[in-house]
Amino acid sequence: MTHNNRTEKKPGILDNPQLASLIVLIYTAITSTLMLTIATTANNLVQSLFFAAFLGTVVLTFKSKASTWAKILSLAPALMVVMPIIGLRNEFLLEVVLQIVIYAALALGLNIVVGLAGLLDLGYVAFFAVGAYTWGIFGSAQLGKINGQGGSGLDGNWFWLFLALAILVAIGVGVLIGLPVLKLKGDYLAIVTLGLGEVIRVFANNLTPITNGPNGVLGINPPHIGWFSALLAPIINRYELSEPQVFALFLYFLVLVVIAIIVLFNMRLDQSHIGRNWIAIREDEIAAQAMGVPLVRTKLIAFATGASFAGVMGAIFAIKQTAVSPEDFTFFQSIGVLVMVILGGMGSIPGVIVGAMAVIWLQLDFLKSLSEYLQTLPAFQDNNTFDPAKYEKLYFGLLLILMMLFRPQGLLPAVRKHIKIPEEALPGTPVAKPAQGVK
Amino acid sequence: MSDLQIWISIFRDGLILGVIYAVIALGYTMVYGVLQLINFAHSEVFATGAIVGYEVLILFKDSGINGYVQVGIALLVAMLISGGLNVLIERLAYRPLRNAPKLVPLITAIGVSFLLQDTLRMFLNVKEQTDKVPYPTVLGSDMILGLQPADLLLIIVGGVMLVGLNFLVNRTKLGTAIRAVAQDGQTARLMGINTNNIIALTFFIGGALGGVAGVLWGVKFGQVDAYMGTAPGLKAFTAAVLGGIGSVPGAVVGGLVLGFLENLIATISIFGVKMTLTDNSFIQGIGSVLQNINIQWKDVGPFMVLIIILIFKPAGLLGKATTEKV
Repeated sequence: MTHNNRTEKKPGILDNPQLASLIVLIYTAITSTLMLTIATTANNLVQSLFFAAFLGTVVLTFKSKASTWAKILSLAPALMVVMPIIGLRNEFLLEVVLQIVIYAALALGLNIVVGLAGLLDLGYVAFFAVGAYTWGIFGSAQLGKINGQGGSGLDGNWFWLFLALAILVAIGVGVLIGLPVLKLKGDYLAIVTLGLGEVIRVFANNLTPITNGPNGVLGINPPHIGWFSALLAPIINRYELSEPQVFALFLYFLVLVVIAIIVLFNMRLDQSHIGRNWIAIREDEIAAQAMGVPLVRTKLIAFATGASFAGVMGAIFAIKQTAVSPEDFTFFQSIGVLVMVILGGMGSIPGVIVGAMAVIWLQLDFLKSLSEYLQTLPAFQDNNTFDPAKYEKLYFGLLLILMMLFRPQGLLPAVRKHIKIPEEALPGTPVAKPAQGVK
Repeated sequence: MSDLQIWISIFRDGLILGVIYAVIALGYTMVYGVLQLINFAHSEVFATGAIVGYEVLILFKDSGINGYVQVGIALLVAMLISGGLNVLIERLAYRPLRNAPKLVPLITAIGVSFLLQDTLRMFLNVKEQTDKVPYPTVLGSDMILGLQPADLLLIIVGGVMLVGLNFLVNRTKLGTAIRAVAQDGQTARLMGINTNNIIALTFFIGGALGGVAGVLWGVKFGQVDAYMGTAPGLKAFTAAVLGGIGSVPGAVVGGLVLGFLENLIATISIFGVKMTLTDNSFIQGIGSVLQNINIQWKDVGPFMVLIIILIFKPAGLLGKATTEKV
C-alpha cells in the first residue's frame, strides 16, 4: 500500500500551484457568497447542499497544491469571518459545525489508534466520556452533592485548568485500560475495548452518588467570557448580539483553536519517530519488534495520545451541552467515530476530517432536511414510517461495507512521503553511467 | 424466601440463560473457527430469527394448532431463514475480503450488523407499525416439573441443539471436513474438500442456531425488537471466548458460567441486605457494599470476566483441552 510508485502519476490541473491557488480562491469566494446570501432564505435541502459545498472549501484548500498564501487567503476568511456570520444567522448550522469540529478531533484521535497504530478500538468514546465527566462533575452542583456542602460547583474560571486536567485524566484512563489489554491481538483487542467502553458507560449510569446516574450531570458551569465579549465589543454592539450568541461564537473559536493545535500536533507526529513506529507496528508487528520498536510502549503512547484528544473535546462538549449523561457515550458513538476514520481514509489527516464532516453533515443536516422535504411531498404525507433520518445505522452500516469492499483506503487515502535516495549516493553501488557515444 | 430457594432460582435462571447464550455462542465459535472472524452480524441473525418466529406465530394465531407444534414450525422457519441470511452475508460481505488484512472483514462485520439492525427495524415499522413487538403466548402457563413451559422447552431444544451439533462436528464426515477447514483451509482444499462450500455450510449451521436461539428468546422473554441482538450477542461471544473459542463444549461451559454469573449479580443485593444484619462488622461491611449492586450492574459482570480471562488465559477455559478448532 505504501510502496506505490507515485512519481509516475501524471500531474493534473491542481498540481500547478498558480492555477490551483486561483481555483481554490474562486471556489471559496463562490461558496462563501452563496452561503451568505442563501443561509437564511433557501429551502433546507438546498441550503444543506450548499453548506456541504462550503465545507468542501476546507478540504479543497488542504489537499490542493495551492501556494501557502492562497491557502491562508482562502481559509482564514472562510473560517474566521464567513462561518461565524452564517452561524449567527442560522444557529443550527453553527451547531453542525461545532459538532463537526468536536468529532473531527475525536476522529483524529482514533485515527492515531486505528489508522496509524492499527489497533482497533471499539470503545473510544469512553475517553470522551471521561473528559466530559471530569469537568461535568466538578463544574456543576454535582460537586456539592458529592462532598455534601451544596453549592453550584467550581467557578467557571476553573474550566481552563480542568481542560488540562481532562487531558491528563483521559491519558491516565487510556494507559490504565491499555496496559492490560494491549498484548491482545486484533479482534480480541476490539472486543475487549468494546467491553471496556460499555463498562465505563455502565459505571457512569450506575455510580449515582458521583455521576447522578442515568439523569446525568446537569447545569455545568461555562467559563466566564467577559474578555471575549470585550474583545468583540464593537461587533457585539454594532449587531446587538445576545449573550447566547456571543457564547456560541466563543465556543466556535475555542474549538477552532483546539482543532488547529490537534491538527498541527498530528502533522508533526505523522513524520516523527513515534509516528513511524506506529506505522511499522500496523504493517507488521513482528517485523517492527525485530527492528527494535518497543511494542507495548509504542502502543500505549498511541492509546494515550488518542485518549487525550477525546479528553479535551469531552470537557468542551460538557460546556457546550451544559449537561452530560451516559446516553451521550454509547457504542454507537464509538462506531460513528470509526466510520469517520474509515470513510475518510485510515491514517490520513485530511481524510478523517473529511470523514467527520461527511458523517456529521449527513447525520445532522442532510438526512433531516431530506426527511422534512419528503414529508412535504404528497406521496409521503400519509406514510410517516418512511423517514430517512430514522435509519442512520443503515447508512453507516452500508457505508462501512461498501468502503471496505470497494475502497478500503478511504476517500482521501494517506500518502506517505517517499524520500528517494539518488542512486549515486548509495554506498557500494557502482555508478552506472548511461552509455554515451553509441549510436 | 430462604437462602436455598434463592440459590435454586439463581441456578435455574442461570441454566436457562446459559443455554441460550451457549446456542448463540456456537454461531460465533463456528464462524470464528473457519474464518478467524468475529461475526458481529451474528447478533442480528439471532434477532432475525426472533422476528421470523414472531411472524410465523402471528400467522398461526387463530389456527387452533397445538402451541408446541406452532413453536416447532416457527423454530424450523427461523432456522432456515437465519441460516440462509448468514450464508448470504458470508457470500456478499466476507468472501470477497477473505485475503484482506484482518481488520477489514471485522469492520465489514460491524457494518453488516448495523445495516441489518435498521433493516429489521424498517421491516417492523412497515409491517407492524412499531419498533417492539410482543411475542404471542402459545404455550400456556401451567408449570411442568416446576418450570415454566417456555423454560422447559428452551432447555430441551437448546440441549438437543448442543448435543446434536457436538455429534455433527465430532462424529460425522461433514464435521471432519469442517474441522479440517478450520485447521488449515489450504491443505483441506488440497485434500479435495470444497472449502467455500464448507464455509458456507458452517455459516448456515451457525445462523440456524442463532435463529433457534432467537425464537427461544422471544418465547421466553415475550418481546422482541430489531436491536435485541446486541446485548445477548456480546455476552454470547464472551461466553465463546470464555470457554475457548472454537470449542463446542467450551461454548456451552462459557454460556452456563455467564448465565449463572449474571443472575448472581442481579440478586446479590438480597444477600448484601442479609449480611448487614449479622453481628460481624467485617461481613456487615461487605454486605453494605453488596446491597448497592442493583440489577443494572449485571451487564458489567460478563465484560469484567472477559477481560480477566483474556489477560490470564487467552485460550479460554477449555481452549487448551481441545486443540482442534471447530
